[in-house]
Amino acid sequence: MTNIKTRELPLHAIAHARAGDKGNVSNISLIAYLPEAYDFLKREVSEAKVEALFAHLGAGAVKRYELPNLYAFNFVIQDALDGGVNASRSLDRHGKTLSFILLSRLILDIPEALIPPSSPYRDPEFNWR
Amino acid sequence: MDRDVYIANGAGFSGDRFDAAVPLVAHLATCSGPRYLMFEVLAERTIALAQNAKAKDPSSGYSPYLENYLRPILHDVQKHQVRIVSNMGAANPAAGARHIHRLAEEMGLKPFKIAVLTGDDVTSYLDRQAIIEAETMEGTSLAGRDLCAANAYLGGDAVAKALDTGADIVLVGRTTDSALVLGPLIHEFGWQEEALDKLAAGTICGHLLECGGQVTGAYFADPGFKDVPDLAGVGFPLAEVRADGQFTITKADGTGGCVTKATVTEQLLYEMHDPSCYLVPDVSADVTEMQLIEEAPNRIKVVGIKGHERPEKLKVTVCVDGGYMAEAEMSYAGLNALKRAKLAGEVVLSRMRASGYNEEIRMDILGAYSVLEGGRAERMEGKNLPFDGDYRVRLALISEDRDKAQLLCNELQHLYCSGPAGGGGYRAAVTEQMASASILLDRALIAPHVKAEVIAHD
Repeated sequence: MTNIKTRELPLHAIAHARAGDKGNVSNISLIAYLPEAYDFLKREVSEAKVEALFAHLGAGAVKRYELPNLYAFNFVIQDALDGGVNASRSLDRHGKTLSFILLSRLILDIPEALIPPSSPYRDPEFNWR
Repeated sequence: MDRDVYIANGAGFSGDRFDAAVPLVAHLATCSGPRYLMFEVLAERTIALAQNAKAKDPSSGYSPYLENYLRPILHDVQKHQVRIVSNMGAANPAAGARHIHRLAEEMGLKPFKIAVLTGDDVTSYLDRQAIIEAETMEGTSLAGRDLCAANAYLGGDAVAKALDTGADIVLVGRTTDSALVLGPLIHEFGWQEEALDKLAAGTICGHLLECGGQVTGAYFADPGFKDVPDLAGVGFPLAEVRADGQFTITKADGTGGCVTKATVTEQLLYEMHDPSCYLVPDVSADVTEMQLIEEAPNRIKVVGIKGHERPEKLKVTVCVDGGYMAEAEMSYAGLNALKRAKLAGEVVLSRMRASGYNEEIRMDILGAYSVLEGGRAERMEGKNLPFDGDYRVRLALISEDRDKAQLLCNELQHLYCSGPAGGGGYRAAVTEQMASASILLDRALIAPHVKAEVIAHD
């Protein structure tokens, strides 16, 4: 397996996401574009890694739920919303933009075969930084 | 009743488009079978605001946009026998019903039979003090605060009762959003309390529809990576539901947007926690074995939803006064703008402290550190932000004291003349806040008060 071609890329290259809120709890889905990417995400996107990504917002425990039929995960992140929609001082009181923390800030060695064929990330010259 | 039931959603939140239902009604007119149009327009705080409005004027307290949503489609829903189910009733469904009667008369339509559902407002039959002192699910205490509203989330069974009156239009206050879909399905198919898998399927169908365009390509586009055709003309969703609980999500012909496995999956997990127990009053839905099948372009069939025993307690959202929020912003641009913006914020912070305000004040610099960074400057250390940039300082606080909230705005405004060089574009607002928390109450406390009633034209 050493000859798999990988590149350092954000999750945005292989997955999409949406954030929802209930009180002070944020939930962020993570959905693979290609079914083949599911196992990679399962191995690489752990609860601990996601917790570290949201720690600066005061986030507590993270629980990951797996939905292999849908090539998807659901991350439930406690205390990430500055008290929730009615208490937060953030511009984004629902935390709707937070899905892009997960997509933008977790940089991994991603096998090129997991990137959708039509994605700009397929181009090795594509400058995402 | 074994015919498929067609349910469309014309609004997914209180600020949604007024014209989205028009192509849905045209589409429903071509479907043979019972047809429904729902509108979901009731956010958590909306009902508390409506409660305040009703206290001031007993003829108000329902959605201020009721006429905006209904006028464009009322003629055609009558012509094509499309029944409407909506939570536009908010804190005063009966007054909303009378408004529709007047509107129909003005439009020269035959009278509608309109039923309302009440009983969600637990303050009308439970002790206010007990509500405010109840243990909250969040662990926060509301004791000592002014109670604005407390509404139980009613289920699809209650919505079905209102439809059982034979009403053309059903107005409710607080129900789960998905109950606006599950209600018509229980009414049409006669699903009983034990039909857990079907109740779960109807609930998930409602969950997929309840946010309007969010399942048909809206809130999805990421240009170049996740493209959506004709987002400006996005079609709102429609479900075709079979008696066995299987259903297909689609949209009106000739509209923009798209229905794909990806759009449906994003909406499925939206505001969901544990996918094996999505709790509503009627059932606990389990989507871990669910499958999506692409029947045709823009047609996704959903199968494999399981249901488990319904919860013993119902969720009640309690709203209390939450003080005042102040937000104030000013722009700085060009060379060294980031440092000038930061200095502006620091001047305001130091003057607020000098005034004796010692609670938290959040400072963001838009363009440098804001929503994703939690307004934390240290997150930008070592990052190469443009020296020639366009930044906007934003200060925000929440206080019980309206004067302190106003002071924050004033202090930033003073920087027009007394701040760093080149500040401009000051905007600020002080807004009244509502705090909320959830409590759980036994069904038996609520059920006897849930009533469906037909409202005649007066």
